[in-house]
Amino acid sequence: METPLTANIQPGRRPPDIKAYRQAGGYRALREAVLKMRPEEVTQAVKDANLKGRGGAGFDAGLKWSFVPMGEKAAGPKYVAVNADEMEPGAFKDRLLMEGDPHQLIEGTALESYAIQADVAYIFLRREYHLAARLLQQAIAEAYDSGCLGQGILGSDYSLDIHLHISGGRYMSGEETGMLNAIEGRRANPRAKPPYPQVSGLWGNPTVVNNVETVCNLPHIVNNGAAWFRSLSLTAEGGTKIYGASGRVRRPGTWELPMGTPLRELVEEHAGGMQEGYRLRGIIPGGASTEFLTPAQLDVKMDFASVEAAGSRLGTGTIIVLDDRSCPVGMTLNLEQFFLRESCGWCTPCWGGLQYAVELLAGIEAGAGRMEDLDTLDSLAAMLAPGHTFCALAPGAAEPLGSALRYFREDFERHIREQRCPWSS
Amino acid sequence: MLSKEEMQEIEVEAARYETRQAAAIDAMRIVQDRRGWVSDEAVRDLAGFLDMSPAELDGVASFYNQIFRRQVGRHVIQVCDSVSCWLMGYEPLRERLIRMLGAGMGETTADGRFTLLPVVCLGACDRAPVMLVDEDLHTNIDPDQLDTILDKYR
Repeated sequence: METPLTANIQPGRRPPDIKAYRQAGGYRALREAVLKMRPEEVTQAVKDANLKGRGGAGFDAGLKWSFVPMGEKAAGPKYVAVNADEMEPGAFKDRLLMEGDPHQLIEGTALESYAIQADVAYIFLRREYHLAARLLQQAIAEAYDSGCLGQGILGSDYSLDIHLHISGGRYMSGEETGMLNAIEGRRANPRAKPPYPQVSGLWGNPTVVNNVETVCNLPHIVNNGAAWFRSLSLTAEGGTKIYGASGRVRRPGTWELPMGTPLRELVEEHAGGMQEGYRLRGIIPGGASTEFLTPAQLDVKMDFASVEAAGSRLGTGTIIVLDDRSCPVGMTLNLEQFFLRESCGWCTPCWGGLQYAVELLAGIEAGAGRMEDLDTLDSLAAMLAPGHTFCALAPGAAEPLGSALRYFREDFERHIREQRCPWSS
Repeated sequence: MLSKEEMQEIEVEAARYETRQAAAIDAMRIVQDRRGWVSDEAVRDLAGFLDMSPAELDGVASFYNQIFRRQVGRHVIQVCDSVSCWLMGYEPLRERLIRMLGAGMGETTADGRFTLLPVVCLGACDRAPVMLVDEDLHTNIDPDQLDTILDKYR
C-alpha cells in the first residue's frame, strides 16, 4: 500500500532538511512543472486526479483553481493562502504533515501557486503550533537558498514568494473568507460570497485558499499522474487520506490509508477497538462540525460522497469516538460551548442561537431541563442550519446538535425526567 | 515607545503585504513576544506606526485570543477544553489546576507566576488531555503529575 504523504515522516525524529527531501525525490515535481508544464496543465492534472479539498468541505481542488482569471490580461497580483489554521476540535492531521515533512508543504504550495500564476503565497499557521512554525521558517529559508523559491524558480521565469503568517488565534481565522480578513490585519469576520475569493480575495485580488493536506498531495500528483493518484483510492475520490481517531479507543493516532477506507476498519483495526470496559456509543467522523454516526453505520466508506450519503460529512477524517461512560448531553454541551465561544458575532442566528442552545443544554445537563426545551433545541438546530448565516460556523454547530438530539433522544429525556445527569456520580 | 528592534521586525513583516495594516497582527505578536502583553500605550504606538487609528487596532486586537490586552503571568498555561480532551479527562485536569494555582480560568496567580487560560483543540487529540505551557506542548497529562510538569516553570 502506497503512503506518499507520510513516506518521509518518522515520528519522533527531525523532518528531512532540503538535502534529504531532494534525495527522496523532492522538488522534482516543481522543477518539472515550472520548466515543462503550462499552468493550465497542472490544474488539469489535479482535476483529473479528482482531488477533493481535505479541509473538510471536500470541494474539487482543480475546479476551485479553474475560477481564477488566467492569461496575460488577468488582473494581478494573485495570491495563494494555505490554510494551516488547524483548529477544528478533534482534528490533528495537518500538525503531522507540517512537523513531519515541511518541504512537502512548501513544494505543494509552490505548485499550486504556479498553477494559478500567483505572485505571493501565505501559509496561515495557528499561533499555538510553535514547532511547526520553527520547522516551516527553516524550510522556507532553505528553499530560497537553493533557488526553489524567489526570483526565477529553478531556472524558470516563474517567481514566487512564500511567507509564513502566524495567526492571532480564533477558530474563525480558519474560515476561508475570515482568513482573508485576518491576513489583511482585520477582525476575522466572514465575507459575503459571491464574489468568490478566486476572483476577489486578498485586497480584492484573485486568491485561492486550500488546506495543508490538499496541498501536500500536489507534488505526488504531478510526479506520478492522475491515474496513479486515483488508483490509490478505494472509491472514485482520488488519493490517500490521513485518518485519525481520538477518544476511548485502544490506540488513538493517525494513519495514511486509501481514501474510502471503511469506518469499521479505522475503529476496530487501526485504533484497536474500544478500551477495556468501554462500549461504543457514537462517532463524529470528521471534527466537531460533523454529524454523529451510530454504531450501526460502521460500514460507511470514509470518503466525502459516502459519509454524506450516510447523513454526515467526512470533514477532516479524524474521528471522535463517544463511549458509553461519557454523557452524550455533556459532550453536545461541550461542542456547542466551543461554537458559541468561537462565533464572531457577525450573524444573529449564530451568536443568538448558540447562546440560547448552550443555556438550554447546560440546564438539561445540570438537572433543570424541561421536555419542551428539546423542541426549542430542535428548532434552534434548524435555525443554525445552512442558509441563514454568512459562513459555515453555525451550520457546523447545527450538525452535532441536530444529530445528538436525534440519536441520543432517550438520554436527553432521561436527564429531564430524573432532573440529573445519569453519568455524574 | 516602540524599540528600534521592534520597528525593524515589524517593517520586515509589513513588506510582505500590500498594506501596512496587514502587519497589525504580526506587529502585536512582536511586541507581545518582548513585553509579555500589548498595553494601551503599545496599541497607540503601533497604530501610529501602521497608519491606523488606535480604536481600529484595538478592534483587531480584541478579536484574537492569542493577543493579550491584559498583563499575564511569567508563564501562560493554555488548557485544551475541546471535545476529545473533554472525553479524556479535561474536567478533572482543570479542577486540579485551579486548586493548585489558586487561580481560575482567565486569572493570574498571586505571585505572578502563571496565567491560566482555556484554548481550542491543540491538534494533539490522540494524546489527550493536553495543555500548552508557553511554547511547550504537554500530552497525556495525568493530574497527579502536574506538580512535576509545572516545577520547571519558575
